[in-house]
Amino acid sequence: MPIINDTIFFDEKAHGEALEKALKLTPQEVVMEIRESGLRGRGGAGFPTGTKWMLALSAKADKKFVVCNADEGEPGTFKDRVLLSEYTKLVLEGMVIGGYAIQAQKGFIYLRGEYAYLFDHLNTYLERMRREKRLGNNILGTNYSFDIEIRLGSGAYVCGEETALIESLEGHRGEARNRPPFPVNTGYLGYPTIVNNVETFACAYIVMSKGAQWFSKYGTEKSKGMKLISVSGDVKKPGVYEVPFGITIKELLELVGAEEPKAVQIGGASGICIPMSEVNRNISFEDIPTGGSVIVFNKERSMLKVLRNFMEFFVEESCGQCTPCRVGNKKLLEGVELLEEGRCSHRYLNELIELGKTMQIASKCGLGQSSPNPFISIVTNFKDEIMSNSIRGNNGK
Amino acid sequence: MIYPDKNVIVSEVEHLVEKYGFGRENLLPILQEVQRKFGFISDFAMQEIAHRLDIHPVEVYGVVTFYSFLSTEPKGKYVIRLCKTISCDIAGKDAIARTLERELGLKFGETSADRKFSLEFCHCIGMCDQGPAMLINDQVFTKLTPSKVIEIIENIK
Repeated sequence: MPIINDTIFFDEKAHGEALEKALKLTPQEVVMEIRESGLRGRGGAGFPTGTKWMLALSAKADKKFVVCNADEGEPGTFKDRVLLSEYTKLVLEGMVIGGYAIQAQKGFIYLRGEYAYLFDHLNTYLERMRREKRLGNNILGTNYSFDIEIRLGSGAYVCGEETALIESLEGHRGEARNRPPFPVNTGYLGYPTIVNNVETFACAYIVMSKGAQWFSKYGTEKSKGMKLISVSGDVKKPGVYEVPFGITIKELLELVGAEEPKAVQIGGASGICIPMSEVNRNISFEDIPTGGSVIVFNKERSMLKVLRNFMEFFVEESCGQCTPCRVGNKKLLEGVELLEEGRCSHRYLNELIELGKTMQIASKCGLGQSSPNPFISIVTNFKDEIMSNSIRGNNGK
Repeated sequence: MIYPDKNVIVSEVEHLVEKYGFGRENLLPILQEVQRKFGFISDFAMQEIAHRLDIHPVEVYGVVTFYSFLSTEPKGKYVIRLCKTISCDIAGKDAIARTLERELGLKFGETSADRKFSLEFCHCIGMCDQGPAMLINDQVFTKLTPSKVIEIIENIK
């Protein structure tokens, strides 16, 4: 049974002082502490943070960069907004710790254009850190110097993908790069760069403050620590919840007061949709990984309408660079239209599912690889409802 | 004056390049400021920026047309972006959309003739727990109801 009522993010007194502790250690020791904690990237992909930082630390270059990915565009996700606006210290000092760990001189916050209203707040906070010697030259009297600049995005979902984000920082279209080489070797302007999610930096702060041992008490074997979950949809208490990894969907639904749920979309538009028969599954990298978006749909909702909403999203947000994503998403959306008109045969539906599986393998970046997820999971899990439209058409009702 | 004078653009671009630097990596902040100041990025502005940063104008055009918050066509002084993602949709986006269209006399995707308002849909703006939500320029408005929208629009008008 996971510990549900504990909180670390939302209790400022419990945060402690991580920066002081980190700067007393060597960069190698900081990286080792993060590795031991088992912290994995909170953006959704779950790459081990300690490994990423170690690769960047061992890369030889005269400049290195830290990037905080605040391009929180996944539908249904808003935990980063809450962290940035209310728990700013965790994120920004977490970035300084990351910078020290890889010996970078400069950091960027890539803030999505939709969150431009947070720009002044963050800038004011950075100024305060500089005054208090927690940022800038000789941080806290040590030899280490590091500064942070905020860059705004301009409304492109794909820029949340790390290499597309770097392209955007460099002044290009946000089109994903081939990997390898990975940003830890060849990132911003060709220099070693770590790109981490807002919540990952906040977690790194907590690991340094509380220790790896404390952190790894929470969660499951392969998913350590706690996760922030943004809950919206048909629930009594929408908002951001802090839960340990391993929490079942059922427990989460009780916590947030779900009202007659029929389906739960986990991981936003690029996540999967599960029916109530699967609520004993849990949120973790072993079972259902997520960047933190949970959207609950009640009995009244048309799953086809939900699916159309997601597919329109991907058609509009695909950068168009690679064919599986550009054309595939269009084909899937056309499939949704056929389903709405009751003209999609079961055989054709299976072909579309196969197309989705091809997109998962053949697309260049995470956007294309995950974009068929809602299509495949919704048409598989809610097949009877999806296939119930008559050819005369009742618009998915 | 709907189309800004060329000299104004030249001096603005010069000022921005001085502020941010000549490197290509400064292209986006420069474009964002031009967009904010003039409401769009004209062909002339794109050429001027390209000239200053020593890159081909097509490179600039490619970037401007990639990002949904940058535009090559004039936008209104107030750009209203209503979130159409599923959480806001469930929360009652349609009623808000109808109210906005009716009160502004605009359809989605249009800009008013006096260039005061542009009305657009956008994807998730991270206000899913407080939907329906919209942005007016950089400001966010949440838990919208038709009467709340009317009040907001009246205040701007």
